[in-house]
Amino acid sequence: MGKKVTTRQEALKAVRDGMTIMIGGFLAVGTPEGLIDGLLESGVRDLVVIGNDTGFVDKGIGRLVVAKRCREVIVSHVGTNPETGRQMNSGELKVTLVPQGTLAEQVRAGGAGLGGILTPTGIGTVVAEGKQVVQVAGKDYLLELPLRADVALIKAHKADEKGNLVYRRSARNFNPLMAMAADLVIAEVDEIVPVGSLDPDAIMTPGLLVDMIVPGGACHGC
Amino acid sequence: MDAREQMRELIVRRVARELKDGDVVNLGIGLPTKVANHLPEGVEVIFQSENGFVGLGPAPEPGEEDPDVVNAGAQPVTILPGGACFCSATSFALIRGGHVDVTVLGALEVDQYGNLASWMIPGKLVPGMGGAMDLTVGAKRVIVAMEHTNKGRPKIVAECQLPLTAAREVDLIVTEMGVMEVRPDGLWLVEIAPGITVDEVRAATAAPFNVVDDLKVMQA
Repeated sequence: MGKKVTTRQEALKAVRDGMTIMIGGFLAVGTPEGLIDGLLESGVRDLVVIGNDTGFVDKGIGRLVVAKRCREVIVSHVGTNPETGRQMNSGELKVTLVPQGTLAEQVRAGGAGLGGILTPTGIGTVVAEGKQVVQVAGKDYLLELPLRADVALIKAHKADEKGNLVYRRSARNFNPLMAMAADLVIAEVDEIVPVGSLDPDAIMTPGLLVDMIVPGGACHGC
Repeated sequence: MDAREQMRELIVRRVARELKDGDVVNLGIGLPTKVANHLPEGVEVIFQSENGFVGLGPAPEPGEEDPDVVNAGAQPVTILPGGACFCSATSFALIRGGHVDVTVLGALEVDQYGNLASWMIPGKLVPGMGGAMDLTVGAKRVIVAMEHTNKGRPKIVAECQLPLTAAREVDLIVTEMGVMEVRPDGLWLVEIAPGITVDEVRAATAAPFNVVDDLKVMQA
């Protein structure tokens, strides 16, 4: 049952040009930097990337933006990566900005089989443009649709060989949500432990959701 | 401390006095972050960090940074004993679900109706809203902490011209010139900074406002 553990080259063969990819992390904390190295090596391009933000020019999702591998990013924040702003203004990159809590729920809905979510966030702002407003008990909510991806690239602290995952501190963020919302889930992990050594109550993502585990890569730039 | 720093310290000290013992509080990045350094004696609050935990503590000693423990601005912080970590969906469920008592944010513009613009200047600056829209809509109380003007140009305006972060959600505005409440009938100046006159506040404000009868001097 150790079949899930593989190399990043092997795992990333599944990622092809034009795919929609979810990438975990918040300003590159909890982002699988080794898998991003792998995407850069593989030459894959024209990606639609869903993530919290575009990180920095030298960290996180930002590295894919700098290398011009994205056709669109769906994120809540781009302010820490001037290259995203530059490509957005020049028309090279489509940037769809989504409130962070809405993005989290859209990904959750995508993984949970829900037809969408109703949120008060964005009512009365440009975020509401073109969206259906649903009134419940006299209060207005925006209908926000679920998000899914072809592949999710996530980062966990520990995995067992069945793919059960444990995240650490603020590196959890979008990772467990994305693990439920993609057809193929690749997890980069700091440490792989024997099956049975993780307390079932402590497991944050059940292994049945994880298709491949790629060791290490925590040290970006090494 | 130079004059601008003094002015900013007055703002954060005054905002800190709004926090009550036991409040769950989310502080925006920048000036609002500094509110944490000035909690009144005997007031203990729980700071929430929207990237996924409660129990946000001060910056670690140099060399003690943990790359997995950062605030929403990616600065190294600590998690205090009793803190708890969670995913982004839970984090925003706490925010939207009314479990956060107070959020303190900066602003580009805030208007007489309590509308807030803080996330973009079309054609110039488009950083994105991050968690600000959810925080403004979801927190029970929204406090804007900002300098009264942007290099002399009023930031408190009759009606926001910039794209909104949220409509009619701001409750209190704290600047170096005073404290204004947003009430159903408009803005009310409730405190004024030492050495400032109401006329000076009017000159620096592009919105009509009322002045309460018992106008108090703003205490740092």
